[in-house]
Amino acid sequence: MSIEEHPGRTETRHDVRVTVNGVPRTATVPARRLLSDFLRHDLALTGTHVGCEHGVCGACTVLVDGRPIRSCLQFAVMHDGAEITTVEGCTRPDGELGPVQRAFRDCHGLQCGFCTPGFVTTITAYLDEHPRPSATEAREAISGNLCRCTGYQSIVDSVLRAAEIRSDQGDGRGETPQ
Amino acid sequence: MKPSAFAYHRPGTVDEAVATLAGVGDDGKVLAGGQSLVPMLNMRLAAPAHLVDVNRVDGLDEVRVVDDGAGASVRVGAAARHTDVEHDAEVAAVLPLLRQALEHVAHPTIRNRGTTVGSLVHADPAAELNAVLALLGGSVTLRSTTGSRVVNASELVTGPMQTCLRPDELATEAAFPVPQGHTGTAWTEVSRRAGDYAVCGVGVLVTVDDELRVRSARAAYVSMGPVPEVLDLTEPVAGIAAGGARPDEWAAAGRLATARLEPDDDIHATAAYRGHLAGVLTARAARAAAERAVARAGDTTGAST
Ligand SMILES: Cc1cc2nc3c(=O)[nH]c(=O)nc-3n(C[C@H](O)[C@H](O)[C@H](O)COP(=O)(O)OP(=O)(O)OC[C@H]3O[C@@H](n4cnc5c(N)ncnc54)[C@H](O)[C@@H]3O)c2cc1C
Ligand code: FES
Ligand code: FES
Repeated sequence: MSIEEHPGRTETRHDVRVTVNGVPRTATVPARRLLSDFLRHDLALTGTHVGCEHGVCGACTVLVDGRPIRSCLQFAVMHDGAEITTVEGCTRPDGELGPVQRAFRDCHGLQCGFCTPGFVTTITAYLDEHPRPSATEAREAISGNLCRCTGYQSIVDSVLRAAEIRSDQGDGRGETPQ
Repeated sequence: MKPSAFAYHRPGTVDEAVATLAGVGDDGKVLAGGQSLVPMLNMRLAAPAHLVDVNRVDGLDEVRVVDDGAGASVRVGAAARHTDVEHDAEVAAVLPLLRQALEHVAHPTIRNRGTTVGSLVHADPAAELNAVLALLGGSVTLRSTTGSRVVNASELVTGPMQTCLRPDELATEAAFPVPQGHTGTAWTEVSRRAGDYAVCGVGVLVTVDDELRVRSARAAYVSMGPVPEVLDLTEPVAGIAAGGARPDEWAAAGRLATARLEPDDDIHATAAYRGHLAGVLTARAARAAAERAVARAGDTTGAST
């Protein structure tokens, strides 16, 4: 930790070590660096999008230790030592599209794509716990994320399609990143 | 927008946390799940010079059911997430109201980080958990370098987003008492979109006697005033058959709620609409709670024979 003086304020700086999509990463950042900005600016992982910065739109959703959270409502320093999965990590180990990403392509689950990273991470974690959702459950699962383009119908279809792809792959957990 | 600069502290024990809070004085804030505080920092509605992160304080993440002679209660530590409380099987068995209410707190993604104790001390007039704490007569434990005190729900919240906490105090634990007797509970609310703060929300606790008739009924409301409102609904429903009552018998409880509550207009709803919702939702929740009380009474009698 180091200290930086601003007019009338003291700011601490911290070394933050995380594992993102299986890769250990480190950066030194001020305490006020949001986790979303840490991923985008300091680690150059721009897949995570930032919409509202107050927890409402869901575009910035990433998985921390497997659970979806809003990265815009966290400081990077709080997550020193964490395992993080971003949309870039929701692929297959060989780099091909993962089941949720493939389902979005198959079902036209995106138009402009701004909201997509948050949906992909949210749905990936959801299907880990609920491998066979009904259409109603699929709709409920995405109710915390906003999309201004699709009207949601095709995203609901994508959830159901992703569940199918994962179960076709046998163990139900499919190609979920670790 | 981005937060202003601050100094970050990450204590490892409660003693260290309260010493840090005492050291930074009025210019410090506790950082728990961040689900209410960080939006305020991002919008620069708040700009504390010090944040004290309590997420890694030892022993604060526990959720337990405790029976200490004065009756059982669910104890939730200050670093326990809404999700941890919601998915705790033992908690769901002894106090289903917590899960019933938590399902209405934002979305699962927010509940994965937001803490139950943080929600109580944030004291939003729309926060479900403050109403649950008030309905059950629960309390919160506050610690500082000078000692510890236990404050009950009505002392804790002094106004909208205002509490009796001093800046040097850390809330360490909330206690939700398990009600005695044959009880059933329900939570219902109406919000503009799934997961939004409620326009009107109500939790009801119904107690039935051995003949499965209503002995008492109480309700607590969110978004119907500056602080959680608790009403005794017993009078219009006392003695009715809890399992088979007609809808109009429960509607009497709803009318009482509409008459007693004094909600305000705001951009989301008029006071009159809120009053109407309170009536409908109270009747609905009371009926559901009574049916559950009957089912649970059946379970306990069944178990003892
Ligand atoms: C999109 C969205 C929707 C939401 N919808 C709802 C909803 O429908 N219903 C609802 O009830 N809530 C809702 N919330 C809020 C959510 O429940 C928060 O988790 C909760 O209000 C605060 O908990 P926290 O742990 O995140 O606290 P923080 O945001 O970290 O802190 C909130 C405040 O409490 C103080 N504080 C926190 N913990 C302590 C402690 N242990 N001791 C002393 N002070 C402390 C902080 O200093 C701060 O002032 C929503 C939030 C978001 C982002
Ligand atoms: S940017 Fe985080 S929820 Fe909108
Ligand atoms: S695809 Fe454009 S916002 Fe969802």
